Amino acid sequence: MNKFDLEWINLTSGVNVRKCMRCGKCSATCPSYDEMEYHPHQFVYMVEKGNIEPLLGSDSLYKCLTCFACVERCPRGVEPAKVVEAVRLAAVRKQGGNHLTPDQIPAMLDDDLPQQAIVTAFRKYTK
Amino acid sequence: MQRIGVFVCHCGTNIAATVDVKAVAEALSHEPGVVISQDYQYMCSESGQDLVKNAIKEHKLTGVVVCSCSPRMHENTFRKAAASVGLNPYLVEIANIREQCSWIHKDIASATDKAVILGKAAVAKVHLNAPLTAGESPVVKRALVIGGGIAGIQTALDIAEAGFDVDIVEKEPTIGGKMAQIDKTFPTLDCAACILTPKMVEAAQNEHITIHSFSEVSDVKGFVGNFTVTIKKKARYVDETKCTGCGLCTEKCPMKKVPNEFNMGLDNRTAVYIPFAQAVPKVATIDPNYCMMLKNGKCGICSKVCSVGAIDYKQTDRFIEQKYGAIVVATGFNPIKPDKYNEFAYSICPDVVTSLELERLMNAAGPNGGTLLRPSDKTHPHTIVFVQCVGSRCDDEKGKPYCSKICCMYTAKHAMLIREKYPDTEVYVFYIDVRTPGKNFDEFYRRAVEQYGVHYIKGMVGKVMPRSDGKIDVQASDLLSNEQLHINADMVVLATAIEPDKTARPLATMLTTQMDTNDFFTEAHPKLRPVESATAGIILSGACQGPKDIPETVAQASAAAAKAIGLLVKNSITCNPCVAHSDELMCNGCSSCEKVCPYGAITYQDKEFRMPDRTTAVRRVASVNPAVCQGCGACTVACPSGAMDLNGFSNSQIMAEVDAICK
Repeated sequence: MNKFDLEWINLTSGVNVRKCMRCGKCSATCPSYDEMEYHPHQFVYMVEKGNIEPLLGSDSLYKCLTCFACVERCPRGVEPAKVVEAVRLAAVRKQGGNHLTPDQIPAMLDDDLPQQAIVTAFRKYTK
Repeated sequence: MQRIGVFVCHCGTNIAATVDVKAVAEALSHEPGVVISQDYQYMCSESGQDLVKNAIKEHKLTGVVVCSCSPRMHENTFRKAAASVGLNPYLVEIANIREQCSWIHKDIASATDKAVILGKAAVAKVHLNAPLTAGESPVVKRALVIGGGIAGIQTALDIAEAGFDVDIVEKEPTIGGKMAQIDKTFPTLDCAACILTPKMVEAAQNEHITIHSFSEVSDVKGFVGNFTVTIKKKARYVDETKCTGCGLCTEKCPMKKVPNEFNMGLDNRTAVYIPFAQAVPKVATIDPNYCMMLKNGKCGICSKVCSVGAIDYKQTDRFIEQKYGAIVVATGFNPIKPDKYNEFAYSICPDVVTSLELERLMNAAGPNGGTLLRPSDKTHPHTIVFVQCVGSRCDDEKGKPYCSKICCMYTAKHAMLIREKYPDTEVYVFYIDVRTPGKNFDEFYRRAVEQYGVHYIKGMVGKVMPRSDGKIDVQASDLLSNEQLHINADMVVLATAIEPDKTARPLATMLTTQMDTNDFFTEAHPKLRPVESATAGIILSGACQGPKDIPETVAQASAAAAKAIGLLVKNSITCNPCVAHSDELMCNGCSSCEKVCPYGAITYQDKEFRMPDRTTAVRRVASVNPAVCQGCGACTVACPSGAMDLNGFSNSQIMAEVDAICK
């Protein structure tokens, strides 16, 4: 993982991983915890340390349900699901595997769903 | 012709590293009226002050400009130096070239330019300075303590010890505050009531202390040494002077379903009640929200059983006015309600309790007589999970950004007491960090782990789910073993954040004191004046200033008392002569100044003026009480006709400064 990729992940996630106080509430609340090799708190910590390579190769990226429980409950507003999503996006981009074109998006929008959840779902299921 | 001296300070390298001090002195020496311009290493030092003094004598100076640090630091130093050689102290001006210049700039050239400009502005101002004489105002030898918790009680006792009269205003029917609700205290585990109640009694019996229980401060006027405070004595529907506290009325009251605040609503009290056995004053109070006699005129049993005729259903709120020299704020704290954190199920599960509720559940005077039982089914809990930092250290709108400071220690205490009393109970504590700075504090926490076998787990609880079988599923992180745990608990205890009492903010407005964004009162200086507010005569005691445990609160309470005593021993205090005055010929009587004055210093009078052709006319004009005015300058800005002016900061002086800066 080079410096550019790390900056890119921080930029696309819009998350300041330095806000994390290592309480572990994200992993405590995560319903996919047992399925994941790297848990939400580890995502945040590893991205902060620049240790992204293992995350890019892990299927933990696709085990995250994007249920946003960690985002909702994080006391510091770190938003771990967005970090997971940014790493996932980095992995997908690396393979050149975009599954969605921009013109398809407007028809899929729904006010009740977090926009990120829709995007994530389509990335995972519309191959 | 003015003869002005300019003195530029290096402040070691604080100023000299960023500002070319010699160039500043040189530039200012050419300003009109300047007869001497010097620089020196440390102008505030003895020899630096001598430099100023000698120059005043030698050059017969009529004004002095010191280019140095903030006037908050050394304005007084140089004023005193000037006064000692016969120059009116208000002819000294400070140009702040440290905090507002050298410390905030990096570039030497531009910082030097700015320092010269600031110096020029001060020279321009000092040209217009008039000698001022500070008056004196007498000090009322009586103190007011707002809040009757351990902080207020300790402050009052210490002030009374020095021989001054002191009044405690407490909004609840009894003094004692939060400490009265606590079972044991850390790290010694002595009983809170056993050490608090003697102090409560001492306060009640002290001839210098008057306790206004069930009362609130409703208005504050005046200034340091001479506050006039209106105290609202809320109707308790019982004559305090007659009631003996026998408690017969509370036994006979038929309305027995009132949530008992003292036990955190975990049991019920009657509509006429005495909060707890050791209440001071031990006087009954009728709760008008529940009393059937007060609500619909049917009942009257308490009045029938009262042998001394103390019940008075017609009592109304009374207001008393009293003068004080000093006011101590001791309004304390409250734990937050964790009901916004749905993940902890506090609102839906009775067996999820806060730490203060657990205190009551374990207290001998609590709802279960001291036996720890689950609130839901009154069974003995075998597994208890403690959750730390609930609402503390939060970056969201639900919680508080600060560490509540006391939770780590009281949780260790709870865990230890439970393991001591019920060794068959497993206790888990989920922590983010264990913070134990304090004498014997870390030893105490280690004892909980090592001697009592409390399971401390690094991680946070993510979800608390009450199950149909009455158990509670606690889902949490164990970060050190990188596991997600599920604990089958009987009870969950939330260490909730503490916040300042809700009455603090309106009180701060009345007292014109500052608060931080969390509604804690702001101290005058975080290190060197930690118990005074920035408003003269308003002193801070206890958790109203920030989270504190009992020993710290008591220490601050005594410090606050020392500050109050230091004020009360004086017969008079020097007033600030920089107060507003109105030019009656220019005043148009619009009342704008009266409306903006935060101190109530401005009144309007009808005054007779001589008019042309030997006629007279009566006009309404503003008049400032210089003893009450604090010199904030709000009126000078509000005045549309320019009639209001501030001594020492007159409109013409400010304009001269602006002109000098813009030149």
